[in-house]
Amino acid sequence: MTETLMPYDDAIAAFDPAMGLEVHVELSTNTKMFCGCSVEFGAEPNTQTCPTCLGLPGSLPVINGKAVESAIRIGLALNCEIAEWCRMARKNYFYPDMPKNFQTSQYDEPIAFDGYLDVEVDGETYRVEIERAHMEEDTGKSLHVGGATGRIQGADYSLVDYNRAGIPLIEIVTRPILGAGEKAPAVARAYVATLRDLLLGLDVSDVRMEQGSMRCDVNLSLAPKGSDELGTRTETKNVNSLRSVERAARFEVSRQAALLQAGESILQETRHFHEDTGSTTSGREKSDADDYRYFPEPDLVPVAPSREWVAELKAALPVPLREQRAQLQADWGFTDLEMRDVVAAEAVGLIAETVAAGAPPQAARKWWVAELTRRANEDGVELTELPITPAQVAAIQALVDAGTLNDKLARQVFDGVLAGEGEPDAVVAARGLAVVSDDGALGEAIDRAIEANPDVAEKIRDGKHAAAGALIGAVMKDMKGQADAGRVRELILEKLA
Amino acid sequence: MTEQGKERGTSLLDKSAAELADLLAAGETTSVAITQACLDRIAAVDTDIHAFLHVDAEGALAQAAASDARRSAGEPASPLDGVPIAVKDVLATEGLPTTCGSKILEGWIPPYDATVVERLKDAGLPILGKTNMDEFAMGSSTEHSAYGPTHNPWDLDRIPGGSGGGSAAAVAAFEAPLAIGTDTGGSIRQPGAVTGTVGLKPTYGGISRYGLVAMANSLDQVGPVTRTVLDSALLHDVIGGHDPRDSTSIDHPWASFAEAARTGAAGDLSGVRVGVITELGGEGYQAGVQQRFDESVALLVKAGAEVVEVSCPNFVHALAAYYLIMPSEASSNLARFDAMRYGLRVLPDGDPSAEDVMRASRDAGFGDEVKRRIILGTYALSSGYYDAYYGQAQKIRTLISRDFEAAFEKADVLVSPTAPTTAFKLGEKLDDPVSMYLNDIATIPANLAGVPGLSLPAGLAPEDGLPVGFQILAPALADDRLYRVGAALEALLEAEWGGPLLDQAPSLSDVEPVETPGGAA
Ligand SMILES: [Zn+2]
Repeated sequence: MTETLMPYDDAIAAFDPAMGLEVHVELSTNTKMFCGCSVEFGAEPNTQTCPTCLGLPGSLPVINGKAVESAIRIGLALNCEIAEWCRMARKNYFYPDMPKNFQTSQYDEPIAFDGYLDVEVDGETYRVEIERAHMEEDTGKSLHVGGATGRIQGADYSLVDYNRAGIPLIEIVTRPILGAGEKAPAVARAYVATLRDLLLGLDVSDVRMEQGSMRCDVNLSLAPKGSDELGTRTETKNVNSLRSVERAARFEVSRQAALLQAGESILQETRHFHEDTGSTTSGREKSDADDYRYFPEPDLVPVAPSREWVAELKAALPVPLREQRAQLQADWGFTDLEMRDVVAAEAVGLIAETVAAGAPPQAARKWWVAELTRRANEDGVELTELPITPAQVAAIQALVDAGTLNDKLARQVFDGVLAGEGEPDAVVAARGLAVVSDDGALGEAIDRAIEANPDVAEKIRDGKHAAAGALIGAVMKDMKGQADAGRVRELILEKLA
Repeated sequence: MTEQGKERGTSLLDKSAAELADLLAAGETTSVAITQACLDRIAAVDTDIHAFLHVDAEGALAQAAASDARRSAGEPASPLDGVPIAVKDVLATEGLPTTCGSKILEGWIPPYDATVVERLKDAGLPILGKTNMDEFAMGSSTEHSAYGPTHNPWDLDRIPGGSGGGSAAAVAAFEAPLAIGTDTGGSIRQPGAVTGTVGLKPTYGGISRYGLVAMANSLDQVGPVTRTVLDSALLHDVIGGHDPRDSTSIDHPWASFAEAARTGAAGDLSGVRVGVITELGGEGYQAGVQQRFDESVALLVKAGAEVVEVSCPNFVHALAAYYLIMPSEASSNLARFDAMRYGLRVLPDGDPSAEDVMRASRDAGFGDEVKRRIILGTYALSSGYYDAYYGQAQKIRTLISRDFEAAFEKADVLVSPTAPTTAFKLGEKLDDPVSMYLNDIATIPANLAGVPGLSLPAGLAPEDGLPVGFQILAPALADDRLYRVGAALEALLEAEWGGPLLDQAPSLSDVEPVETPGGAA
């Protein structure tokens, strides 16, 4: 089914989008939320389970203190109030990957509430208000085999992996984001990116969107321009990359605008985002009548973090992102414009790691923001998803600094590393990419170039050193690029002095 | 059934757990002998009583032999080492079926032990088997078991109480010296009352719930089912105490309950203030029940206790609050029985979806009373009704706790009849759920407030010759008071009766009495 879409610019001219973002973050605790099972990613299915996370009759939960601590630290970093007393609650609904057919979550007593996160888009700051951050457990993971949709309807059979069941999650919910206008999708993306960096800085989660340790639902509604009222919203589920957050929001703006323009109404529903087409399709119809019959979890005692503990955790928080960035900019000597590009490319963390691995800041910036961002865009993936590490980028730069590679050759090494050919050294060796620094071989090439361009050689002898470029070009061509252009210049000038 | 009785006083079966422990310690009998005697008794009488859903003769004898071996090797023995026990089928037992009296769990073998079961095993108590109960502990008569009712050893046509009718009947019929029960609204105490046995519900959090298949988590407690107050205390000492696997378990330095019971048995209650709860007695209580209760109160006075009347005006709302909170929690707890991974699975015809399978399995697997409570609870928690039902019920709960607090300012313990009537006839109340629910009217307030309660036999009602239960309640954490006062009353009553009340119970079988080696008592 193809949707009628209104071009984005037209849609934004006629309507104001309101967005709400719900982000689920898997905490990187050692054990699950309510039992002692490991949370490690990628284990054999159903090997990290026990009576409690399988919901076996008689089993009981015990809350993970580390998860509570992480939740409080996240709340504090998001400028939230921390509850003096709160309870877990049961959210009741039936689904085969939910072992107890209720999810232990929080309802009207979240651990953290009333905060904000400032995000930057094109040099402008938007304040995203945080309604709440609450603790809950993850569900198991279903695999529906057979059938066309990959969903439970129509599947031949389904398999469930309960390794994920009970992994601690923090759900962070924003208040409606209003007034961003055409920038709304970019603000959504920047919010998720900033949140990701903040969580990385807190060291509470891997925040790997592609592995599902950070998942985003995008709620979006449109209202006629200038109207005070909110329209009917849709909830697009599990939008699993920064790029997709932006695309999903843009798509919903265009889709809803077309419907509203045609005088139709928006169905309050869950929608699924499709990475390949960049579109959303209708999922389950959702109404406010969805009744999860929440009530306080009687198997757990209330969580009542002492004010002293909260103060201790607050004092030990890392420097806020904004200050951290200002410090980094100063350390790295980037201009405001350069830093803005770095932020826009979502490369702050990657550059920091590359610098930590020994690369000069400007070089790190050049590779990540120019070279690798372009490649990520071409491949339609996140910068962090490129199969190259900051350490590898630093290693390539070290080869450039040592004169083994020039920039052109370095790009070929990037090709090799990204193609999975191994570490930079191995790629250099396998592709035979090293710059020729043997003066003998260079000397012969230079002699050939002088012989072929006697008029140019004459100009240089006359002191017109600028003319050397033509000879350097000829030598580099002769050497198939594998020469250090600076050294070639030196040798030419020596010979023709 | 024959009337040929076992010869009371000469059989190992008649001994209390404390007496058996003494015989074992003195080397005058073995755990294997006691366990075999119980298994023989079960084989002889349980076709009539139906207290057990599953008997593990092999396992029990192996545990008994292990206990004997430890003892003969001179290894330290726990106070009840070698004394066999029956466990209500609502506690998870590794390798032993655990059905909760429901078809939906038929065939489920838990891969783990409840904490209480683990502690029994660690303390060397052989587990004879699993006892019958109302399905998921929902009932006051054990008639709601999917595997058929248990019969009261005092009169096989009558109910043994519920939901723990199996545990109470097993102990009353001398099939086991000890049993484990669970009490959500009276399921230990009310069966104790109608079978002439002793039952205790501890302070909420006093005994671990880990491995107890929950009916209503905020009300459920595990507790001892015995024939004497001292046995209850000894068993409580074994199974009680903090468990890090149960977040609601209390970390408290409990004193020895057995010590409290021994002190009480001396019979001196001077200085103890006993509060008679006005609201739990009089109208609605069978005349013979009230009479035996009043006589017991008079005995307490004789032992030096000071008796006062206390009023708990909010207790009249307890039943209503209970029947909102309990089904609400139960409706959520029972959601996990969905046929996906264990228990009964019914596959409807055609090409059923997962939801169709869940629906059909739950329809076939749950009995009417369970369905009734799931529907009640689901309704009470529904949006728009939550505040009016669940929310209001929680407020009543608070009021009932305040009533207790006020009453405990005037009295050290509170007393009432355990149940308003003696055992009724099987089938008598099956079609009238509300009248069935009223059986728990005197026991429910303690569950709502989390305070401990003990029921012990107060004699036989003159009009029907059936046992009457006497309930003692104490403030949270003061379970020891129940043992002290209970043991005192038990000693005074037995002095009047000339022995335990169960001596007056009809004989059940032609089982060969097992002689005490050396004739020691
Ligand atoms: Zn687990």
